[in-house]
Amino acid sequence: MADEVVLLDFWPSMFGMRVRIALAEKGIKYQYKEEDLRHKSELLLKMNPVHKQIPLLIHNGKPVCESLIIVQYIDEVWNHKSPLLPSDPYQRAHARFWADFVDRKVYGVGRKLWATKGEEQEAAKKEFLEIYKTLESELGEKPYFGGETFGFVDLSFVTFYSWFYVYENFGKFSMEAEFPQIVAWVKRCMQKESIANTLPDQKKIYEFVLELKKIFGLE
Amino acid sequence: MGEVKLIATTQSLFCTRVEWALKLKGVEYEFIEEEDLRNKSPLLLKYNPVHKKVPLLLHHGKPIAESLVILEYIEETWKENPLLPQDPYERALARFWAQFLGDKCVFGAWEAAHKAEGEEKTKAIESAQESLAFLEKQIAGKKYFGGEEIGFLDIVAGWIPHWLSVMEEVGGMKLLEAEKFPLLHEWAHNFIQIPLIRECIPPREKLLDYFNASISYMRSLATNKQ
Repeated sequence: MADEVVLLDFWPSMFGMRVRIALAEKGIKYQYKEEDLRHKSELLLKMNPVHKQIPLLIHNGKPVCESLIIVQYIDEVWNHKSPLLPSDPYQRAHARFWADFVDRKVYGVGRKLWATKGEEQEAAKKEFLEIYKTLESELGEKPYFGGETFGFVDLSFVTFYSWFYVYENFGKFSMEAEFPQIVAWVKRCMQKESIANTLPDQKKIYEFVLELKKIFGLE
Repeated sequence: MGEVKLIATTQSLFCTRVEWALKLKGVEYEFIEEEDLRNKSPLLLKYNPVHKKVPLLLHHGKPIAESLVILEYIEETWKENPLLPQDPYERALARFWAQFLGDKCVFGAWEAAHKAEGEEKTKAIESAQESLAFLEKQIAGKKYFGGEEIGFLDIVAGWIPHWLSVMEEVGGMKLLEAEKFPLLHEWAHNFIQIPLIRECIPPREKLLDYFNASISYMRSLATNKQ
C-alpha cells in the first residue's frame, strides 16, 4: 500500500523547513501544500484545531502536529535509513534538551530583533547574543551538535540559517564575527543536499520580512 | 541499573511528574530537596547551568533536565511498565498532548489564578477552560488517558487533580467545573485515588502557602507598575 504523505507548510517557516529536511533525508515522497497564514485552509483548521499552525504532516489521512514531534514521528516510521535521533537514551535526552532549548529561546528572540525598535530592540539584541553564545558553547569543537554526524539538534537549529541575514541586518552585527563556530557549522550542514535544497535564500526571507513589517505597520 | 538521584522540590508539579514515572517503573532513587529556589544549590547550578531549574535527574552522575525530556529518558532506560504506546502515531499524539498539557495548560491556569478580579482574569479563565475542553474530548471513552492503565499523558496531566484545585482556591476561581467537564472531573478523581500517585503529592497546606505567597508577590508587582 502506497503511503500518502501531505505537508501543510509556509515557505519561510523555520519549523516547516525542519520537516522538509527530515522528509528529504528519508527520501519520502510527499505533496506540499502552501498555506496562506492570514487565510488558513479548512484542512488546516480541521486537522490542527488546537494550534491552527503549520507545519502539519498528514500521513494516510492522520494529522501529526508540532515540528519536533513530526520529525520524531518520521524517524520512527521510516526507520530504514538516515536516523535523525541517536539510539542511546542519554544521547537522545541530550538531543531533546537542546532541541527544546532552540524551540523555547531562538525563535522568540529572533522575532523581537526584527519586529521591535529602540530600547526593546537593544534588549532583544543582547538576549540574542547570549542565547547564540550558549549554543556556540554547546557546539564547541564538534563538527555537529550531534557529534560526528548531523542529528536532531542540528536539524532543529540549522533552519534558522535562512534568517541570519534578517538578524544581521536588523541587529546590526555580523554572525560570522560574533559566532564563527556556528557559521562554520552551518556551512558544513549546507553541504548536505537535503539542507541546501530546502533552505530558502536569505535575501528572499529578508524581502518577506520587509513585506511583513509593512503589513503589520512595524516599520 | 546504577544510582539515580532526583534534585527537586516537593511542591513542584514538574518534579512530582518525574517521581511518578520512577515509581511506576520501580526505580529506586534518592530525592535531594532543593531547599530554596531563590538560593540555588551548587549541585543544581553545576548540573543544570543552562536553565538552573528543577527537576533534574542524575543517572550514573549524568544530568538530564526538563521534565518531559526526563520522562522520555526514564521510559527508554527502564523498559518495564511502558508509559508510552508502541505505535508511532499514538506516540506522536501522546507527545503532542503532553506538550499542550505540560506548558500551555499549566501556565494558562496559573495566569488565571494570579490575575486580580476584572476583565483580564475573566479572559484568562475562559482561555484556560478552552484548554480543558480539548482535554475533555481526549478522555472520552477512556478511564485514563493511557486506556485501562495510567500512562505518559496521565502523568503529565496529573497536576490537574491536586495543583489545579489549589490554584483555584488561591486564585478565587473555578476552572474544572464538574458540569462543564464531567469526564475530566471523573478522571481526576480516579487518578488521585491511586496509592502510588497519592503518596507523592505535597500536603495541601504547604502548596496553599506556596501559591498564596507567589500570588501576593505577583499582584504586588502589578500594583507597583500602575
